[in-house]
Amino acid sequence: MSHRLINWFKLSSPYSFYPLAGRMIPWFWALTAVFGVIGLYVGFFVAPTDATQGDSYRIIFIHVPASWLSMFIYIIMAFWAGMGMAFNTRLSSMWALSLAPTGALMAFLSLWTGALWGKPTWGTWWVWDARLTSELILLFLYLGFMALHAAIDEPRRADRAAAVLALVGVVNVPIIYFSVKWWNTLHQGSSVSLTKAPSMAQTMLWGMLLMALCFWMYSIAAALKRLRAIILEREAHTDWVLRLPEATA
Amino acid sequence: MIWNSMSDFWHMGGYGLYVWGSVGVSVVVLVWEQVALKKRTEAILRSLRRRARAEKMDRELA
Amino acid sequence: MSAVRPPIAAAAQPRAGVHPMKALMAVLRRDLLLAMRRKAEVLTALFFFLIVSSLFPLGIGPEPALLRKIGPGVLWVGALLATMLGLQRMFYSDHLDGTLEQMVLSSAPLPLLVTGKVIAHWLVSGLPVVVLAPVLGLQFDLDAGALWILTLGLLIGTPVLSLIGAVGAALTLGVRGGGALLSLLVLPLYIPTLIFGAGAVQAHLSGQGAAGHLSLLGALLALALFFVPWATTAALRISLE
Repeated sequence: MSHRLINWFKLSSPYSFYPLAGRMIPWFWALTAVFGVIGLYVGFFVAPTDATQGDSYRIIFIHVPASWLSMFIYIIMAFWAGMGMAFNTRLSSMWALSLAPTGALMAFLSLWTGALWGKPTWGTWWVWDARLTSELILLFLYLGFMALHAAIDEPRRADRAAAVLALVGVVNVPIIYFSVKWWNTLHQGSSVSLTKAPSMAQTMLWGMLLMALCFWMYSIAAALKRLRAIILEREAHTDWVLRLPEATA
Repeated sequence: MIWNSMSDFWHMGGYGLYVWGSVGVSVVVLVWEQVALKKRTEAILRSLRRRARAEKMDRELA
Repeated sequence: MSAVRPPIAAAAQPRAGVHPMKALMAVLRRDLLLAMRRKAEVLTALFFFLIVSSLFPLGIGPEPALLRKIGPGVLWVGALLATMLGLQRMFYSDHLDGTLEQMVLSSAPLPLLVTGKVIAHWLVSGLPVVVLAPVLGLQFDLDAGALWILTLGLLIGTPVLSLIGAVGAALTLGVRGGGALLSLLVLPLYIPTLIFGAGAVQAHLSGQGAAGHLSLLGALLALALFFVPWATTAALRISLE
């Protein structure tokens, strides 16, 4: 094999990936900081006050990135869980498991900030608009994935069962979103919608995108750290783990 | 600079509670995630170190 | 060289024995027989549906206009919960006595056997709900047209609930905290069915016509009938290894 080709399959073993993950984490933290600082600066010091919503709209610089990430992470999680089941690679399933709590926290943040945005804008702490309601259901799907995995003792069986659940969930997410949107638009009384956000000034859009990148980099850093903990926990009986410097100090 | 003064910034046009409530909880949640991860890593490393010490003692006594 | 077939190839020949549909009917008949022997379990879920539907008016107030508004939703949620109560029954007792393993190992296609079990579950848990619903709908002051849409919706929707529930039941087979965990897994997936089913009645009552909702329910049923047997088969194999 040419020395220029990377042997990707070597990376699918926990043994190879553990040190690589450790080296990657600081880089993702650096990117998180860079995007975060610039994004928050644009969002809070450059983007103008909105004509209708005043300064309360600035919550979107957290709400929208959290929503996007919660949905994105779910899809990635389901993908890797499926890969782990199809190719029987332990690391893929471990990566899916690492992503789940971060995704769930993003869903929670989306709901919390959504409520805090809804209160000054629409007068109530909770609005049953399509996006928020779907976000709530997504949080349940995350919790279900984590609960099922935690309830099964044998790790590989837990990985595979949770993978089936994630795949069923990912197929259902568009259906759920569509049905909730349908439900919401038919009840015209509550025509409130957080998607009817202020038509975006350029700077607002930039702030949102930068914060989304910040959250994305953060999520990868957090999930990588969790992955390393999971690898140590699951491979605790192996030679290479027992020989790690941090495990023998 | 769009803010006339520092207090304007914190006030957020009257919406300070909501905006900073959002930012604050987000920071708290993400910091908590990192703290929990650190604790989890420490726990597994501690148990691995304990095991290494036990095996070392077994070998020395053998 | 004579055509001596190695043993494995011989066993892979389609057996002259069981026709797949006969296998489905056999499983269906067996499950129904077992359910009839444990009538109490079956009737409990039904009475649950009855009681829960009556609790809501008691909790909210007897005003007819209000009841008409909440009726479809309450009855649909009751149907969801009643279906869920019986889900554990689908695989658990067969798992305990080893029958499930025999089914997984048999030469009949497992998706078909699973379908047989789902049909049995629906006949025992879903169909009674469909039959009772128009009667309970009267408690909520729903008119004949609304009752008809409600019943039709439940007729299409309760099989979907049994189907989706089968996946959950297979995944949580023998797992700690089974019942509550099953609810957590399955209820979010039930939401589209709930929305279209209850929405159909509300659309009818507001004059918009329920055709759209009912077609969407039909689409959900078609999708579920296609995918669920495979997903449940995969889940069963994972739970039984």
